[in-house]
Amino acid sequence: MTTTTGTFTPDPGAAPLGRMIAAQTALETKMLLRNGEQLLLTVVIPTLLLVLFSAVDVVDVGELHGQKRVDFLAPGMLALAVLSTAFTGQAIATGFERRYGVLKRLGATPLPRWGLMVAKTGCVLVVEALQVALLTAIAFSLGWSPHGNPLAVVLLLVLGTAAFSGLGLLMAGTLRAEATLAAANLVFVLLLVGGGVIVPLDKFPGGVEAVLNLTPIAALSDGLRDVLQHGASMPWADAGILVVWAVLGLGLAARFFRWE
Amino acid sequence: MDSPQPAVEIVGLVKTYGDKTAVDGLGLTVERGSVTAVLGPNGAGKTTTIEVCEGYRRADGGTVRVLGLDPAVDGERLRPRVGVMLQSGGVYAGARAEEMLRHVAKLHANPLDVPMLVERLGLGSCGRTTYRRLSGGQQQRLALALAVVGRPELVFLDEPTAGLDPQARRATWDLVGDLRADGVTVVLTTHFMDEAEQLADDVHIVDRGRVIASGSPEALCRDGAENSLRFAGPPGLDLTAMVAALPEGAKAFEVARGSYRVEGDIDPQLLATVTSWCAQHGVMPEKLTVERRTLEDVFLELTGRELRA
Ligand SMILES: Nc1ncnc2c1ncn2[C@@H]1O[C@H](COP(=O)(O)OP(=O)(O)O)[C@@H](O)[C@H]1O
Ligand SMILES: [Mg+2]
Repeated sequence: MTTTTGTFTPDPGAAPLGRMIAAQTALETKMLLRNGEQLLLTVVIPTLLLVLFSAVDVVDVGELHGQKRVDFLAPGMLALAVLSTAFTGQAIATGFERRYGVLKRLGATPLPRWGLMVAKTGCVLVVEALQVALLTAIAFSLGWSPHGNPLAVVLLLVLGTAAFSGLGLLMAGTLRAEATLAAANLVFVLLLVGGGVIVPLDKFPGGVEAVLNLTPIAALSDGLRDVLQHGASMPWADAGILVVWAVLGLGLAARFFRWE
Repeated sequence: MDSPQPAVEIVGLVKTYGDKTAVDGLGLTVERGSVTAVLGPNGAGKTTTIEVCEGYRRADGGTVRVLGLDPAVDGERLRPRVGVMLQSGGVYAGARAEEMLRHVAKLHANPLDVPMLVERLGLGSCGRTTYRRLSGGQQQRLALALAVVGRPELVFLDEPTAGLDPQARRATWDLVGDLRADGVTVVLTTHFMDEAEQLADDVHIVDRGRVIASGSPEALCRDGAENSLRFAGPPGLDLTAMVAALPEGAKAFEVARGSYRVEGDIDPQLLATVTSWCAQHGVMPEKLTVERRTLEDVFLELTGRELRA
């Protein structure tokens, strides 16, 4: 072998783990923000719903006791933001990445699979932070006056993210990409209507309400409302429901996720 | 870098999908620093074999060693050292070519210069176009660039020139040549026999999940049935004296009226024997040509089928 170095002379090696994960997070975020349909889902819909339903008396948001409509709606929109990004957006994006061999190809790079999952989570958290900042700013401009402990809010958002990510990844890793696309959008609409986001659950008949209360979106929006609207300290029951969904979803996804 | 181990060693590989046997006792060895072509028709088991080497699929039987390691267990150690070009896909639909290349470069410690690769493979013309809107040829070239950007020791290229126009094909061939010159081991699959002939130090012809012939393109074309020499002359020549002068085993006959064929190991000596016989008999051998067997012919002889069928 010659010792002179040519252009392609082998010099293999993985980049440091932190750099790989940071690069992957940045790319995933860029891909998501570049996608028009994803932006519609994660930014446009929650923003429009918040502005529209705060201004117009279309839905009956229940007893207000001197509070504004935005005080009911803002926590629901935060829950919707988590649903749209961690579940619907992530499921659709990951489903198509699997379909087009992106997950497979990345599996041949030095980035470990768990590193890819960390990056996906990082991407979801970055987008959620942007959503929360935007929705909070709009809500304040509509006269929102939140209560409660911000740490409890953050904890609920994180648990909701874990629960929805698990379910989204389970879908993306087991169904065909087209099926994931259809199902993730359908679930989004169903949970938007039946998950206490804009329609209070006590508008539903008792039996239905009891079941709906157990959905992760209801637990998240109800928990956020307890804290932000009513100033509760920590809604443990709702947090508990989210933990169960998170363990279930992430566990099943880890077990059944197929990379190609 | 000189290591006693071959770059890839496959012994008795078996892979089944349900009741279908895709790879059926396949064996081959890839020497370090060589370009090895796995040549065979669609469905022969090329992709399956390569993907077992890449760690994507588990063997049902046999052993596979890549750079001395078992890809099914040692994936983490192998991945930085091995470059992979999938037969298709592998890039975010919304990513731009250079963006994806820069990204994969960032996952490696000492990547190649990205602008150089972009230039070499003509990816500059992709500009801001996202992957889903690139032409098939541009997607292929990006996949090739992604396989080499991390400065691997060994690259697996699955059908690197399928669907390329002649110019892009040439660029790919040149790149493979440069990889080899710089000491990178290249394993590629192809169903183009001319590609295997042009590029490869070693060719393994695969059919129905088995290697049916291995060797350098020259050796494969030389072995078995011989090459031939043809010429045209006056009809009805008596070739007895020529045959007597030829080396043992060589044959000469009139294939059609005035059209002659000599079969055997066609070397300069044999050529001289034929032309001196012509000179002695006052025959001007018109349209004298030496016909070499191609890998296509080799495949046809071994299987009774056309490679591109
Ligand atoms: N994932 C799979 N599931 C079922 N059958 C497969 C799968 N992959 C390949 N095959 C079958 O195995 C055989 C070999 O395929 P492949 O390795 O892709 O061949 P090649 O790359 O030479 O065209 C084919 O008959 C193909 O249909
Ligand atoms: Mg193939």
